[in-house]
Amino acid sequence: MEAGKNQSLFKGKPIKILLAKPGIDGHDRGILVLAKAFRDAGMEVIYVGLLPTPEEVVDTAVNEDVDAIALSLLNGAHMTVFKKVADLMKSRGVNDIAVIGGGTIPEADKPKLEKMGISGNYGPGTPISTIIEHITSRAAEMRKLKAMEE
Amino acid sequence: MEKKDSYWSERYKELKDQNHRQNTDFDAWAEGTLKPWNQKTGYQEREFTNSSNIPIKEIYSSKDIPEDTEKRLLGLPGKFPFTRGIYPNMYRGRLWTMRMFSGFGTPEDTNKRLKYLIKHGESGLSIAFDMPTLYGFDCDNPRSDGEIGKCGVNVSSLKDMEVIFNGIDLSKVSTSMTINAPAAILTAMYIAIGKKQGVPLDQLAGTVQADILKEYIAQKEWIYPPEAHLRLIRDMMVYCTENTPKWNYISISGYHIREAGSSAVQELAFTLADGFYYVEMGKKAGLDVDEFAPRLSFFFNSSINFFEEIAKLRAARRIWARVLMEKYGAKKDRTLLLRFHTQTSGYTLTWQQPLNNVIRTTIEALAAVLGGTQSLHTNSYDEAWALPSEEAVKIALRTQQIIAEETGVIDTADPLGGSYYVEWLTNRMEEEAFRYFDQIERMGGILEAVKAGYIQKEIAATSYRRQIRLEEGKEIMVGVNKHVEEGEQPLNILRISKKAQKNQLERLSEVKSRRDEVKVSQALEELEAAMREEDENTMPYILKAVEAYATLEEISNVGRKVFGSWKEPVIV
Repeated sequence: MEAGKNQSLFKGKPIKILLAKPGIDGHDRGILVLAKAFRDAGMEVIYVGLLPTPEEVVDTAVNEDVDAIALSLLNGAHMTVFKKVADLMKSRGVNDIAVIGGGTIPEADKPKLEKMGISGNYGPGTPISTIIEHITSRAAEMRKLKAMEE
Repeated sequence: MEKKDSYWSERYKELKDQNHRQNTDFDAWAEGTLKPWNQKTGYQEREFTNSSNIPIKEIYSSKDIPEDTEKRLLGLPGKFPFTRGIYPNMYRGRLWTMRMFSGFGTPEDTNKRLKYLIKHGESGLSIAFDMPTLYGFDCDNPRSDGEIGKCGVNVSSLKDMEVIFNGIDLSKVSTSMTINAPAAILTAMYIAIGKKQGVPLDQLAGTVQADILKEYIAQKEWIYPPEAHLRLIRDMMVYCTENTPKWNYISISGYHIREAGSSAVQELAFTLADGFYYVEMGKKAGLDVDEFAPRLSFFFNSSINFFEEIAKLRAARRIWARVLMEKYGAKKDRTLLLRFHTQTSGYTLTWQQPLNNVIRTTIEALAAVLGGTQSLHTNSYDEAWALPSEEAVKIALRTQQIIAEETGVIDTADPLGGSYYVEWLTNRMEEEAFRYFDQIERMGGILEAVKAGYIQKEIAATSYRRQIRLEEGKEIMVGVNKHVEEGEQPLNILRISKKAQKNQLERLSEVKSRRDEVKVSQALEELEAAMREEDENTMPYILKAVEAYATLEEISNVGRKVFGSWKEPVIV
């Protein structure tokens, strides 16, 4: 694990990330591993537990002022449920929080999710370092956006 | 707080003493033969441990197991403590049941599939439900959008079950339903259909999973707090023992515990601890252990560390028999038998180089057979990503048929019995399980340990350790972190169309428009009153609500109102 790598980009304020499983899905092995790994890599991690609604996910992300939301589903409902999160973000005008996906997402769905602004979309077996690098670069983009807004 | 039971700590100490005696033969050999050899060949020291983090030695001999192993720890098949198998002739007499789990799309799809299976001689039906059904949500709940029919069939009301079993005579089949939180409701629906068909209740045969403890531990599909679900399961146990003696109301499942990331020993210990809890619950409800415990069956995982899995299954049988006899006062042999279904590990499957999964599944299936399983589901090679294709399911079934018909492993019971390594490992798995039983007792029992998040944290720690070891290359998955092929793309997969959702929404709205609303609200009110009375058995009230076409969610909502919902303890 590359703990603290690139943290200088974040001016002493570590990456803050919300982890959520927004559908009706109890497969939490992956998200629990990632929560620990992200924490070990120096991120501030919020895990909202199982069964939050898309509304709750977006509310929490906005209230907690996170850099990124990481969504995980392994029940095949990502095209419906991830989209709801993305749509809510759009309708509320939130554009400085990155939305990153993961789970059992078929190749064919990835471009469609990208189009909704959901990046990553990693499957089982992806090295944690790959996921952390992706989050770090997306979070850096968001920080730049936030700096411009201020 | 009850007084702590010293049974577990005493047994644990006994096993520790038994298993950790010095082996002077080994020590002399390691010093005089192994060490010089390693030095000469430049052998690199590395850790050899299994999933349970038990260190493995270079070689095992008779000195590593107790002298009275055969007499005291093994016995013969069909005899206490059943380490070598539960039946005297094992697979010669009765081959394991090749039970392939299925269920998808609409009730009509599932009905068609069930009839197809019956036509081809299958009498053991097995049904998977979709996520909304498992969580007690109807198809018209906004939360169910996009999830209908995805991981199994959707059931929102009795009408759906009527379609699933349309034209199927319930007196001629046995039905296994993989359902937990709403198990009482689905059982009531099954009974309602039986009644409509005129089948006597004592003829209704089948199984519901209904192992709610493992839901909080691993699969995470609950509706209410644990005590509420346990109370409803108690009601079902009592009702079924009296009315539907062929209905297996709990299948105690380690499968999901393992898939959630546990080690083999954790799967063994937590599953049996759940089992002991249900035994205590039945006894507390006034049932005779020899009457209800034989209705309890188990469901284990078979993963990729071959000997560890075999040892786990052998240890499970011995522990169950011993504890049921010594601690719970079982008198009949039948009560002591640990009967179990096994499924090969989904977690070990990879989307990379998918045909490799056929090999993994074969090895895991063989371990289950050598471990003495009563029934077996083999995973399909394309299952890392989604529901399996027909061709892949066929190969998975053929894998079992080849093991059964070609290899000769069924010719004799427990062919690995007496292997120094297997016996030593069986003893060590048993000891480590008792270490957990002792720890759980110290925490006030399995329910308290689960509510405190202890069990979940133990599993999460194992799963994290495994992931880090994979990333560091200390554990290998071929095609994932070794022997990788660049530029691979996942297979095409089976997709469920949105048709299922539309179909279900239409039927539910028809059910709601046709039913007698007065009858529905009356039944739900009576159920609420029954739920509020701890000593009342809720089953007859659930049955009445189901028969009035109250929906799955409406019935679940009564419980939500009475018992509240559940927020899991912090695990990470």
